[in-house]
Amino acid sequence: MNRFLGFVRKEFLHIFRDYRTLVILFGIPVAQILIFGFAVSMDIKNAGVAFLDLSHDEMTQKLSDKIISSGFFIKTEELLSYKDIDRVLKKGKTKAVIIFEEHFGRRLIRDGKASLSIIADGSEPNTATLITNYTTAIVNDFNMGIAPAQITGAMRIVPEVKMFYNPGLQSHFMFVPGVITLILILICALMTSVTITREKEFGTMEVLLVSPLRPIQIILGKVTPYFLLSFINVLLILALSWFVFGLPVKGSIVLLLAESMLYILMSLSLGILISTVSSTMQQAIFISLIGLMLPTILLSGFIFPIENMPKIYDYVSSIVPPRYFIIIIKNIMIKGTGLMYIWKETLILTVMTIVFIVISVRKFKIRLE
Amino acid sequence: MGKTIETSGIGKKFGTTTALEDISFSVNESEVFGFIGPDGAGKTTLFRIITTLLLPDTGEISVLGKNCRTEYKALRKEIGYMPGRFSLYHDLSVEENLNFYATIFGTTVSENYDLISDIYSHIEPFRKRPAGKLSGGMKQKLALSCALIHKPGLLVLDEPTTGVDAVSRSEFWDMLGKLKQHNITILVSTPYMDEAMRCDRVALIQNGRLLAIDSPAKIRAGFSRKLFSIKASGKYRLITALRSFPLTITSFPFGESVHVTFKDDIVPTGLNEHLINNGISDVTINETKAGIEDRFLELMETAGR
Repeated sequence: MNRFLGFVRKEFLHIFRDYRTLVILFGIPVAQILIFGFAVSMDIKNAGVAFLDLSHDEMTQKLSDKIISSGFFIKTEELLSYKDIDRVLKKGKTKAVIIFEEHFGRRLIRDGKASLSIIADGSEPNTATLITNYTTAIVNDFNMGIAPAQITGAMRIVPEVKMFYNPGLQSHFMFVPGVITLILILICALMTSVTITREKEFGTMEVLLVSPLRPIQIILGKVTPYFLLSFINVLLILALSWFVFGLPVKGSIVLLLAESMLYILMSLSLGILISTVSSTMQQAIFISLIGLMLPTILLSGFIFPIENMPKIYDYVSSIVPPRYFIIIIKNIMIKGTGLMYIWKETLILTVMTIVFIVISVRKFKIRLE
Repeated sequence: MGKTIETSGIGKKFGTTTALEDISFSVNESEVFGFIGPDGAGKTTLFRIITTLLLPDTGEISVLGKNCRTEYKALRKEIGYMPGRFSLYHDLSVEENLNFYATIFGTTVSENYDLISDIYSHIEPFRKRPAGKLSGGMKQKLALSCALIHKPGLLVLDEPTTGVDAVSRSEFWDMLGKLKQHNITILVSTPYMDEAMRCDRVALIQNGRLLAIDSPAKIRAGFSRKLFSIKASGKYRLITALRSFPLTITSFPFGESVHVTFKDDIVPTGLNEHLINNGISDVTINETKAGIEDRFLELMETAGR
């Protein structure tokens, strides 16, 4: 036991002595949460729109006021003719132009139908789609407001579904679980695989092997510090998303932390597995980054929904562990569901962890070759 | 006296290259046993087999009375090993390195301090300094302290003096000499022939084969011919001239002079004339005693034939 504690102590010394390790451990998670939360936002906020009102009546006035007051848009300009559209869009500040046809109000009352066009800047497809979606949602809402008076059921527009689980339209809700998933697997796997291969590269592994330390003691000694630090990381990220984005954990926090521990353990054992197959730090870094980061981003459902993928990718992604953790953490954090709904994913992660640990202890060489 | 190491017919291959072939030797208790040979001779591979880090393909080996294949766990507690690249943690201080190695071998620094005090006292003033910032000589002393801290029965040192200055090298050998009093058997490898004289017995190794095992004095005495030391200005010209002389058997540079053997073990009569014809006039010729290196080169020649 003393041997083991001595080993853990040494690992902590390595971590605290090297400020780069600390930056990777704590700086990157904080930066990623803030970057994903603020910069890579899927919302629109204060998008510039210009109006071309060919009708200038009470109805168009009301509707444009409603659009502006929604908070998603700000009015950049009031245009006078179609010729101006190209000009304002080219300036870049205006992302879309909303056009009310002539006699908008009169037609709406007389025919129960009037048309409005949205011309969006397609060079930013994401923003363009969002703007058109939001605008139609607002118009739809406006329709509902005047509908009882006009009694025409024909004015319904298909409802916007994007806000189903996210009524505040805040997309960082979606990113926090993804970022936790990505950061944990990256840090745990990368750090453990690098620290083990570092011993190989500096030749200290030779003496560790000749020492009476057993493989399991070396492995656990490497893993314990990172397990503790990663757990602190989870708390840090949750606290950050609570204080900065006001994101609450809807479900049980205890369950969330327990699931996180399981996931950390899985990532750490994956890291050990990587270190047993690579002999240099460079190899370990390469495998961790390419082998883990890309699948986590692309195949876990973090950014691209798995349901929209071709069937083959669906199968491939089923061996990507983050896929299951994302489901677990989204369920607990956003939907607030309990273990009943996520036991299957939890079981899969547990099995994966056990398999990785068994393989790495088996593969851990008690000799040099 | 018992045997600390006994091996018979050890062979090891890496892919198609043969690293060791039919190595048999034994090392006595409390002996300083040296392996002398050029880089790539197989010294490190052999040491890794002795320290249970590698398994031999063929042959038997027992260390401290234990079988290296089957009893490696028990054996690892009793071996002190200092690999070729000093196995230290560069970001940990001198003290932390020593404490760490003491802990993982299940002991404390104070318990065996008398064993290392001679060596460690040299670096103790720098005990807060990171090991990576020590000089080569100090790293070597720290690595030796770390390898000794659990009072091993066998100390295995792989090229401990490579990359270390001449004064530190000499000090280092003095320390090894003192360790003999503590009943520690020392196995050491070196590419430097002059260090061979400080061992009790040496084994000459080349291309994975043992050429000779004996005390340094006997190895030197094994030189089969009379050896002449020839000096002149322009050593390179001298060697070329000597090698073109028909009665020369061998001629190798040795420090300032050239060590030469001739047919019939006498200085041939036509030699002076031959050298003068080659533009060398200031020649001094003395008979000399063969060193380890001379014997090594002779053995290499015979083995190569």
